[in-house]
Amino acid sequence: MTMGAQASIARGDGTAQELYRPPETERRLSLAFITVGFAHLAVGILLGLLQGLQHAGIDLYAYVPFVRHYYQGLAMHGVFNVLVFTTFFIGGFLFFVAGYGFRRPLVTSGLAWTTFWLMTAGLLLVDWALLTNQASVLYTSYAPLQAHPAYYLGLVLVVVGTWLQLVILLRTFFAWRRENPGKRTPLIAFGALVTLIMWTMASAGIAVQFVGFLLPWSLGWMQGIDPLLSRTLFWFTGHPIVYFWLLPAYISWYFMLPRQVGGRLFSESLARLAFLLFIPLSLPVGFHHQYLDPGVSEGYKAIHAFLTFAVFMPSAMTAFTVLASIETGGRARGGQGRLGWLLRLPWRDPSVAAQLLAMVLFAFGGISGLINASFTVNLVVHNTLFVPGHFHLTVGTASALTFMGIVYWLVPYLSGRRLFSPRMGVWQAWLWFVGMTIMSRGMSWAGVLGAPRRTALGTAPYFAAEWTVPTWLTAIGGAVLTISGLLFFINLIGTLTASPRAEKLEVPVVESAPDGQDPVPGWLDRFAPWVTATAVLVLISYGPTLYRLFGEMSLTIPGLRPY
Amino acid sequence: MDIDRYERLWIMLSAAVLLSLFLALVYSVYALDIRLVDDAGQVDPATAAQTPPFDEPGVYQEGPGRYRVVMVARAWSFQPAEVRVPAGSDVTFQVTSLDVIHGFRVPYTTINQMLIPGQVSEFRFRFAEPGEHYLFCHEYCGVGHHTMQGRIVVETAATGAR
Repeated sequence: MTMGAQASIARGDGTAQELYRPPETERRLSLAFITVGFAHLAVGILLGLLQGLQHAGIDLYAYVPFVRHYYQGLAMHGVFNVLVFTTFFIGGFLFFVAGYGFRRPLVTSGLAWTTFWLMTAGLLLVDWALLTNQASVLYTSYAPLQAHPAYYLGLVLVVVGTWLQLVILLRTFFAWRRENPGKRTPLIAFGALVTLIMWTMASAGIAVQFVGFLLPWSLGWMQGIDPLLSRTLFWFTGHPIVYFWLLPAYISWYFMLPRQVGGRLFSESLARLAFLLFIPLSLPVGFHHQYLDPGVSEGYKAIHAFLTFAVFMPSAMTAFTVLASIETGGRARGGQGRLGWLLRLPWRDPSVAAQLLAMVLFAFGGISGLINASFTVNLVVHNTLFVPGHFHLTVGTASALTFMGIVYWLVPYLSGRRLFSPRMGVWQAWLWFVGMTIMSRGMSWAGVLGAPRRTALGTAPYFAAEWTVPTWLTAIGGAVLTISGLLFFINLIGTLTASPRAEKLEVPVVESAPDGQDPVPGWLDRFAPWVTATAVLVLISYGPTLYRLFGEMSLTIPGLRPY
Repeated sequence: MDIDRYERLWIMLSAAVLLSLFLALVYSVYALDIRLVDDAGQVDPATAAQTPPFDEPGVYQEGPGRYRVVMVARAWSFQPAEVRVPAGSDVTFQVTSLDVIHGFRVPYTTINQMLIPGQVSEFRFRFAEPGEHYLFCHEYCGVGHHTMQGRIVVETAATGAR
């Protein structure tokens, strides 16, 4: 195994920062993950455009190979964008930030490559089932809609891969701790650990659902399925998964972006606290997706509603700490006045522009999320287009546009080639921002007017005249987003194939606060108490309902493939 | 741990806002009586079509101004597909699905439910004004999902009272 090169450079403030370069094999590994993820996003974006146009009455499915109908395309759009793109990008990014944060090789990069190939093998099964219209069950896999066993097996392999990733990160962490006794966990590696610890606990739901029920049922080993139990297990994972998508963006916003704008981390303690709070608070909230499900008691729905409001707190803290950190950058660059520092930020850096714009839309995504979580108000918006109007601002912008922003420095770093066109990158970020603003506005508006989500609206007999303008906005926004996506992929492919070799590139990482300046209490650098708190909260919020559902379980309902 | 003065203020303000919004929800439940569906019993979808009340879907008057609508959903229709009630009626819906998961949505009302095979959805709504509402399935249930619809006709009290 090649060791990472170490060197020292003098910094402007007189301190010396050790440069670390991860071994070549790890750089190639991260690049492989990111490439597979973005290749699926490319297909996902095009299918999204087809949906937007269909809603506006322009049905192009007849002209697209492989895609037989709206719902097959919708299944691919959802699975590719939120399961494949996110998980693979996050896989590559977390391996990178862990290795770079610990400044040592992963334990081991061989196992990490095994993880990659396992996940890719699973992904090929998923791709095949989706492309042949044998898995048009949408990413929620709601039984008794049934998919080909290959689809369920493939997704299981992808999830097992994420668990292996935690094993590798923990082994690397323990090795680092032996070598660096008494030191605080480096910030970016800390963020990676929190993300995967939370996710691994959260994924218990779909693990039981897929391995215990969906897979044996689709193979004919099990006569029937219990749809309510299946869906409850899905949402056990299905909400915390959004923090699995979000936390990697937070790693960048807290620990990397401030450095990119020339600032510092405003408060290390609160940054760590916000991350750690996501471990216990992400999980006990899944019933807010099941407010309108029969068979789940109103009281437990209310408990989950309260806890959903609680998980809003670490994001509220993030808004302050991240903005304050960015402000230190704007002021260091000579920004004056209340808001003048905003203009002094390096907006011409596509990575910075993409992430700042992602944050702006995330504010609206957070607010619309609060509406969805609002118990009774949700009656107005549940399963309407308001919901995709919300999550295209969160996973579709806060995560996706931030990940694109990260790519603008990370792929040049990993590939050793300069970014093909920074200018095109800035255009891309702004077009995503504008396109998403228009599209999300259209979706939310149509949703409040009652238009259902996950529906081929363009051919629905009950299409209401008042939905016309909002669905057109959705289609126009989708077209702008497609152009933005196109610019992104030209830039990505150009960087990988046609760009000149780069000189030494920097990985932007903020410094940990020097001891004494911002004392970080020990409990903000430990994971066990937070894991225990999670178990307790899950037991209280889910225990009685799951106990009852498993007790009443009747595995009689057969699978159907009405697609 | 040192917390900046403004950051402390921001955190307290955020918590206060969230708490007030939550209290508004508590108010909507207890004072406005907007309720969410609860556990209303189970029914085996294989035999539901022969099991009361789902063996005879329809509209039943239960008292002055009170109706019960028993409905079944299957891909891709509701039975009955049309419901007629007089204006001013309190209607209790009792609905289940016979095959896959469906939805039940009537725009501009608080009627918004999931229909899960094996589970009974029970919910109430007061149709105060005469008029026509359309209802449709809002959960993906196969290639014909977007054609799954029904109608609720609220008749003026004079013609509706039968």
